[in-house]
Amino acid sequence: MKSIVSIQDLSKTYDSGFRALKSINLDIKDGEIFALLGPNGAGKTTLISIICGIVTASQGTVTVNGFDNITAYRQTRELIGLVPQELTLGAFETVWNTIRFSRGLFGKKKDNTYLEQLLKDLSLFDKKDSELRELSGGMKRRVLIAKALSHQPKIIFLDEPTAGVDVELRKDMWNIVRRLRDSGVTIILTTHYIEEAEEIADRIGIISNGELLLVEDKRTLMHNLGKKQLIIELKESVSSLQQELTDYDLVLSEEGDQLIYTYDSMSDNAGITDLLQTIKMVGLELKDLHINKSSLEDIFVDLVKEDQMRTERVEVKV
Amino acid sequence: MNIQGIKVIYYQEMLRAWETLFQTLASPVISTCLYFIVFGSAIGSRIQSIDGVSYGLFIVPGLTMLSLLTQSIANASFGIFFPKFTGSIYEIHSAPISFFEIIIGFVGAAASKSLIIGIVILITASFFVDLQIAHPIWMATFLILTCISFSLFGFIIGLWANDFEKLQVIPLLVITPLVFLGGSFYSINMLPPFWQTVTLFNPVVYLISGFRWSFFEVSDVSVGVSLAVILGFLFVCIAIVGWMFKTGYRVKQ
Ligand SMILES: Nc1ncnc2c1ncn2[C@@H]1O[C@H](COP(=O)(O)OP(=O)(O)OP(=O)(O)O)[C@@H](O)[C@H]1O
Ligand SMILES: [Mg+2]
Repeated sequence: MKSIVSIQDLSKTYDSGFRALKSINLDIKDGEIFALLGPNGAGKTTLISIICGIVTASQGTVTVNGFDNITAYRQTRELIGLVPQELTLGAFETVWNTIRFSRGLFGKKKDNTYLEQLLKDLSLFDKKDSELRELSGGMKRRVLIAKALSHQPKIIFLDEPTAGVDVELRKDMWNIVRRLRDSGVTIILTTHYIEEAEEIADRIGIISNGELLLVEDKRTLMHNLGKKQLIIELKESVSSLQQELTDYDLVLSEEGDQLIYTYDSMSDNAGITDLLQTIKMVGLELKDLHINKSSLEDIFVDLVKEDQMRTERVEVKV
Repeated sequence: MNIQGIKVIYYQEMLRAWETLFQTLASPVISTCLYFIVFGSAIGSRIQSIDGVSYGLFIVPGLTMLSLLTQSIANASFGIFFPKFTGSIYEIHSAPISFFEIIIGFVGAAASKSLIIGIVILITASFFVDLQIAHPIWMATFLILTCISFSLFGFIIGLWANDFEKLQVIPLLVITPLVFLGGSFYSINMLPPFWQTVTLFNPVVYLISGFRWSFFEVSDVSVGVSLAVILGFLFVCIAIVGWMFKTGYRVKQ
């Protein structure tokens, strides 16, 4: 698939002297959902802001659909819609006027039919004539989405779209994202939550301390690294495994009161039912069962921790 | 050229004035009336005519300029400051619109508003005095150039200010004194010679003098100098805006 956004050797040092991005290289494929995962202060917003033209890069280039985002900013920016992280909206305009403003600002002729449909899709139509300051946080977020979509962009950036959003709106949001993707729009979103990236993204990038630590197809990532563990607690400890159980990929804990079963989280139940039946058959009694959380989180935590430790070490040396 | 973009910025700014139409027009109209009652009638009746122009008539151009300057600066600075304050400016930064086009939208709207206010003030004044305009084209030129250059100046203040205090400080501490000491209410010939010389460093003197000349053909300084000063001020503002854009000063991180 051809890449729609291409980032080369991108660095950003803020006026304060802080290095927020360190030589980022990244290609976003046309039509994919890309999740940028990273802790607070990792540089996600900075990266997005540079691509969109809000912050100027200190070094490196960004091309969007083959155009340089500085020398050909008109061509790149009209393709992009941005939903910012903060609820940055005016106060006294009405919802309707503000989305008409956004559409015009991006150089598009007015199209009330499209905008009305957009408001309906986002359940905002009945708020059409309300002033922005009268809206709740969730509604404001919907307005920001409407503004970003008002000029029918080919690429959408969602900067932490689920922050401060209830379950309902989150579900709506993912529906909108999937529908946009189906219509050929490329989506780049940032998040702190691994489950979110797992749920929606095609590819995942992990960023920490201004460095891109890993970019991988979600399936490959989950397949290679995404093992899950089922922990089976036994009522009474055993000293060794029964013959029937040795066929499974099982490990007995040191105290002999836990069986640990590791399996690939991408395959459906991975023989868990079988295993549980066998356990019952050999006469072991269960006290409790639990699953160790998606180990993508562990990878993430490991990667980020490792990176932070490395940075600290460098800082100590300096 | 992103014509749609310019149009929506202009329209949005005008809409803001339209929605607060009463405040937008009432405050300059009421203050003009008050000035006329106090200076024109109460005090003015005891003042001899200046250069053959009755005092009530003499203060009209200065009063108009006073409102024009403060309104242009207030409108334009607030127009760009508020989106910065709420953060909604991100959208303008991320849009396919040039800095030049953004300025046309914001400054054009602010200048249009002041122009309308200026005309309304002149109409109000004509109810108090018998207003004659000797050189209508010069009058319009001064009016329009003042609206544009001071709106541009206001835009610069709005970009520069990063809190409400800074937004107020220049209009309050610089513009108002300059206008009051700029011969709105007197001819600088009435001052002692020393103060006359000092006054010549005040650019507003040239503005008011030129504008007054277009009505009554009386002026403190020659009209050509007045025109040069206002054009000079406009170019200084353009240069500052150009520099801000080039270096990104207070515009982008
Ligand atoms: N204008 C600025 N001046 C100086 N430093 C800044 C500025 N904006 C951001 N930073 C710093 O750059 C780093 C990256 O910030 P950024 O907002 O990109 O992080 P983020 O990954 O979006 O974090 P979060 O998940 O909290 O939104 C942070 O350490 C932040 O303090
Ligand atoms: Mg952020």
